[in-house]
Amino acid sequence: MSEKSNSQVVLEPERYELTAPAPYHFDLDRREFFKFLGAGVVVFSVLKTAAAGQESGGRQWRGDALPKEIDAWLHIGENGKVTVYTGKVEVGQNIRTSLTQAVAEELSVPMDNIELIMGDTQLTPFDMGTFGSRTTPTMNLQLRKVASAARDVLINLAAAQWKADPQHLVAADGKITDPAGKRSVEYAALMKGQQLTEMLPAQDPLIPAADWKVAGTSAAKVDGHEFVTGKHRYPSDQKVPGMWYGKVLRPEAFGATLVSLDTQKADQMGVTVVHDGNFVGVAAPSTAQAEAAVAAIQAEWKAEPQPSNKELFDYLRKNPAEGHDPTGDGDRYDRGSVDPAMASADHKLQQTYKVSYIAHVPLEPRAALAKWDGDSLTVWTGTQRPFGVRGQLAEAFRIPEEHVRVLMPDTGAAYGGKHTGETAIEAARLARAAKRPVKVVWTREEEFTWAYFRPAGVIDVVSGVRNDGTITAWEFHNYNSGSAGIRTYYDIPNQRIVFHPTKMPLRQGSYRALAATANHFARESHMDELAHQVKMDPLEFRLKNLKDERLRAVFQAAAKQFGWGNRDKTLDGWGFGMGGGYEKLGYVATFAEVHVDRKSGDVKVARVVSAFECGAIVNPDNLRNQIEGSNVQGLGGALFEAIAFENGKILNGRLSEYRVPRFSDLPVLQTVLIDRKDLPSVGAGECPMVGVAPAIANAIFDATGVRLRSMPLVPEGLKA
Amino acid sequence: MATSIGSPGVSLSINGNVYLVDADPQTSLLTVLREHLDLTGSKYGCGEGQCGACTVLIDGKAQRSCITRVGAVANKKIITIEGIGSGDRLHPVQQAFLDEGAMQCAYCTSGMIMSAVALLRINSAPQENEIIDFMEGNICRCGTYSRIIRAVQRAAKMMSAYVAAKGAAR
Repeated sequence: MSEKSNSQVVLEPERYELTAPAPYHFDLDRREFFKFLGAGVVVFSVLKTAAAGQESGGRQWRGDALPKEIDAWLHIGENGKVTVYTGKVEVGQNIRTSLTQAVAEELSVPMDNIELIMGDTQLTPFDMGTFGSRTTPTMNLQLRKVASAARDVLINLAAAQWKADPQHLVAADGKITDPAGKRSVEYAALMKGQQLTEMLPAQDPLIPAADWKVAGTSAAKVDGHEFVTGKHRYPSDQKVPGMWYGKVLRPEAFGATLVSLDTQKADQMGVTVVHDGNFVGVAAPSTAQAEAAVAAIQAEWKAEPQPSNKELFDYLRKNPAEGHDPTGDGDRYDRGSVDPAMASADHKLQQTYKVSYIAHVPLEPRAALAKWDGDSLTVWTGTQRPFGVRGQLAEAFRIPEEHVRVLMPDTGAAYGGKHTGETAIEAARLARAAKRPVKVVWTREEEFTWAYFRPAGVIDVVSGVRNDGTITAWEFHNYNSGSAGIRTYYDIPNQRIVFHPTKMPLRQGSYRALAATANHFARESHMDELAHQVKMDPLEFRLKNLKDERLRAVFQAAAKQFGWGNRDKTLDGWGFGMGGGYEKLGYVATFAEVHVDRKSGDVKVARVVSAFECGAIVNPDNLRNQIEGSNVQGLGGALFEAIAFENGKILNGRLSEYRVPRFSDLPVLQTVLIDRKDLPSVGAGECPMVGVAPAIANAIFDATGVRLRSMPLVPEGLKA
Repeated sequence: MATSIGSPGVSLSINGNVYLVDADPQTSLLTVLREHLDLTGSKYGCGEGQCGACTVLIDGKAQRSCITRVGAVANKKIITIEGIGSGDRLHPVQQAFLDEGAMQCAYCTSGMIMSAVALLRINSAPQENEIIDFMEGNICRCGTYSRIIRAVQRAAKMMSAYVAAKGAAR
């Protein structure tokens, strides 16, 4: 157990997020289902592979056994209330609202009549997790299909009741109406005494985006009232009767092992002390008592010497991951013949770009409340992967997954940083020993130290370009930071692109946009350098090498809004730059205007203009909110955020030492949305972030002539 | 938590109610609010007064409850996010945050609202730079600052309009 709880579960999100989902095994049968839900209609969406095997069965699921591989479902009760079950979770990206809109649209019911049950491993279908901007392209679509199928069930019920042709009936405003017979019936009335289960038909026409009435609008945040009144209970706010508070004794350094331990004083403080391998923790009636008891424990640790941030980039270059052949082709992309193309180019440019480790700093640190009932465990925790955490708990305590229930109350943000279940395991271990429910809430220092970081990286770029601005050769090597967004969208005939995994000086994992931020920073900075080398306008240079129409469109839209063509190049200390790209199916171009005071060293990002396209827009205002937020958060990593570490310790693990963007850092934010109603809706939580850092770096160069190639760009300002 | 015999206890006035709390006077006000009184609207974000998620009003001024010792605020008037609306009616600042969509995960929202309420008590029509200066100690990691600024200004207008209407009715 202790080895498990303290071992560094290394996440390799770049690959990990591509893992195929395990099928969900549904434990309830039909009768139990209705006993739990009450009468009404249930519509399931079944994973494609499972649906294929059921083709002969038709749409109606008549036996008591339910399909095994469900990925979403919806229930309409006798009161007409709609309950939707999805394994996705809410961490501020506002999917509770956008998914509700999708259901309201297809089912023609008011949003108020719909409730979403999210991320509860007992009630919701299996879900890999909420990451990779997948909710909108996958779950939103699934729920639209489920709601659309439910609407057809309702129409058929009304048709049977009236002996009318279903083709002539209309669903609207929570009612089925027969325009010819001038009669209507409310959904609730149709549900009386029904116990119907329906599997999603293979194909059901959905309402086209151009005809959306609820989806596509800036619907207000669902449960907004709960949040502004402080009533919403986040994971760290959970409380159950008899609950105690847990604290864990942290090792002196990463990877440290316990040499000696004296818990004698703590044992006499009326608390529960747990020592299990390297895990040492306390459960107590209050946080104060738990802290006092942990402080009274004497422990000696032993740790191996570890690298510091001072030698970070050398370390990454010199330490390939074990068992990894850097000449192998596992993470590489080749096109054409790079070497001859490079040799014959008019200009050749070689540069290195660096990205530091940064922390997510979700304002709510990790928290979990664990409660045992015999051999069954219930945990409330903030995680992007409730089912993943269920698996971790089952493994840690050697109990079947069916005995573990993980619930995810809407959480105080994650940004890719809450994929793991450390706090859940700690709370559960303490609760088992204390024989009562225990809550563990990490301190800010713990969150800064014992969570995981966005990977640091070194990126080497070599390119060849002709005098007329045509790029002919492109070589790109990323050490450690990751392969997301590593491929170039510029049309270059000869390319060699390689991701080099290295040893990891710190525990690292997913972060909003993954390595796409680092790879776009290197690529879009390099594009700017090349444009200057061939004396072309950076926008013109990009467009010359870019065929993708959707990407061209965002660059052109942002340039227009920014006033790129009319920018005043004579203003002292002011500079303008751009960056953009394609990530997680979305397209972004970001333009920045900065002011640099070389006397004081102050660098101020004055204005950021983003143009973004993600297919048909589901909620314009929330989309703007996500883009604005991406720009503000991205600005922190671009300008000043960096984790300092030495010999297994974090040196700036507090908010007084680690700077995040504040009100005074806020630029004027202007956002251009391109609504492509003809294209499927895709996610927007990550892509808008990738253009910010290069736009700022390029603007700083424009203002000062200083080319900065390491993120953060100006942690100490930029003095002359 | 009940007061035990021999324990000093601290008397607190919170949202118009008086509580006798069995806590060491050195305990932080935030811990007492959350752990002893189950008033969980005030949030923990850093424990060092750096993020503003725990902001409450003490005698009308915005204070960080995580670095306020409970012994220091006995007999003072404490207002938390739970105490600013009246019944089901939202305070104008709460309404303005909804109207402007000034949140994402909303974990910072209680603290933001309390800071904004404190600001509007001393400045009924704050300029953007005044809002930025006053609220610099509140972090929104989701980055909704521009919306929060708009929400504070919207609330200011709502409140001025209310005061003007009341004046006119007199």
